[in-house]
Amino acid sequence: MAGIATNPRAGESHADIPKHLTEPRVIRWILIGAALLFVGLIVVLPLITVLSQAFSKGWEAYLTALKEPDALAALRLTLLTAVIAVPLNSLFGLAAAWAITKFQFRGKNVLVTLIDLPFAVSPVISGLIYVLLFGAQGLLGPWLQEHNIHIIFATPGIVLATMFVTFPFVARELIPFMEAQGVEDEEAAVSLGARGWRVFRKVTLPNIKWGLLYGMILCNARAMGEFGAVSVVSGHIRGETNTLPLHIEILYNEYQFAAAFAVASLLMLLAVVTLIVKSVLESRMSGKRYSA
Amino acid sequence: MASKGNKDRVLPGFRLTLGFTVLYLSLIVLIPIAVLALRSGELSAAQWWNTVTTPRVMASYKLSLMTSLFAALANLLIGLLLAWVLVRYRFPGKKMIDGLIDLPFALPTAVAGIALTTIYAPNGWIGSLFQPLGLKIAYSPLGITIALIFIGLPFVVRTVQPVLQDLEADMEEAAVLLGAYRWRSFRKVILPELVPSLLTGFALAFARGIGEYGSVVFISGNMPMKTEITPLLIITKLEQYQYREAAAIAVVLLLISFVLLLLINFVQRWSNRRLHSV
Repeated sequence: MAGIATNPRAGESHADIPKHLTEPRVIRWILIGAALLFVGLIVVLPLITVLSQAFSKGWEAYLTALKEPDALAALRLTLLTAVIAVPLNSLFGLAAAWAITKFQFRGKNVLVTLIDLPFAVSPVISGLIYVLLFGAQGLLGPWLQEHNIHIIFATPGIVLATMFVTFPFVARELIPFMEAQGVEDEEAAVSLGARGWRVFRKVTLPNIKWGLLYGMILCNARAMGEFGAVSVVSGHIRGETNTLPLHIEILYNEYQFAAAFAVASLLMLLAVVTLIVKSVLESRMSGKRYSA
Repeated sequence: MASKGNKDRVLPGFRLTLGFTVLYLSLIVLIPIAVLALRSGELSAAQWWNTVTTPRVMASYKLSLMTSLFAALANLLIGLLLAWVLVRYRFPGKKMIDGLIDLPFALPTAVAGIALTTIYAPNGWIGSLFQPLGLKIAYSPLGITIALIFIGLPFVVRTVQPVLQDLEADMEEAAVLLGAYRWRSFRKVILPELVPSLLTGFALAFARGIGEYGSVVFISGNMPMKTEITPLLIITKLEQYQYREAAAIAVVLLLISFVLLLLINFVQRWSNRRLHSV
């Protein structure tokens, strides 16, 4: 569902609208004022709150909260999770987009719908399904215990739940992008004698690299920030199975507000950087699309 | 997925990529979801029905549906306003405002949750303004609605924005020539064109709200029967090792989401047909 946010033409300014088709100046000002008020209240105020709370006890306390061993362990686990989940889902996105946009086959629409499925599933349910599958009372639980394999309340469960919630991101960015580019370039390369992997690497990849990066950036932001799904499978073992969002929750529930917001400011930074990169990529992609 | 027309395929890699796609999709998504249905099916029909209709569970559906509905309605109005202002007007800082709209998608829900709770708690920046009036925002359904307004903000803006951009000026022009006033031409000419995208954005925000957990769990207060949303109740069941009960409630929640998605598909197909018939 989040893919709806990715309108590469957003922010493009409309040509000047003739005077008789716009509102009187006063109404325009009121509408703009109301819009700014809403954005300030809904979006900007929480950002300011995170920063002001994070530094409420000064720089020292801020840095201490970030350098604490549990915080560092949480950061490591968050990075590890993203490093596994993002490339795998990107590989999947590439394969799915290739099959769907370069070929005709029956059941294509069903496949596209199924790829979007995780967006419709509550994060809590995304975690629950893996507990039901791999947990102690789960379907494979007894077998896993016999072989001393830990998935739930351990890193593999966290990675799996993250892969589930970030599953559609790359695919759903690439599919419309590659659809728009058609198959002519690749077919020309094949007719000139290029083969499989080479066609992809030399012809397709240069065309789609920004779209691919765009999907990966969004996928990564969600992977590092996921809370609900990871919370269900993690078991909340300090220093072991806490990701950054879970670490924030624990600090907050222990009334260590300044520390909780200090760690939260890291994730906020990630969100802001993601938005900036996203808007840079959008202008690149729309430029390319129109010049083509 | 086999099909005819293989000889038309000039490009390589069909079997490999489709095979990998279907395999990966099955392992990560389809099989785990099937297991959910399987586990909830371990209950007899009567047990299942009792589990998903106890007063506490019913109260959670009601709360989740009502707060999501009100938040989606608020987002409908705010989203239309924002899309309108961003497409039609010029003002300083417009590009930044446009980028900020996506923040709720990029900001981890736990961060949003603790920030909103801090703002709207009785001693918070906004909460303390309403405290003397006897209005409690955090730890009440109102607080949940505010968190869901935050989470759902981008949906309506991003569905309406492109439609508004592509709207032909000709039609408005004609309306003006026919003597329609500005407000009238908005209502009679522009608004009908926006209805499908408004509905889609509304339904997306609504569906997202029903499943949302991270941003809500801090601000809701989590009182059974009063401020306990359905996703939280699933976690509570799980923590009590009532796996089958958790699965049964999850199935109900999933069904609600799927119905909403079907609705969105229906709206989109209806609006496509309308466009092509013109």
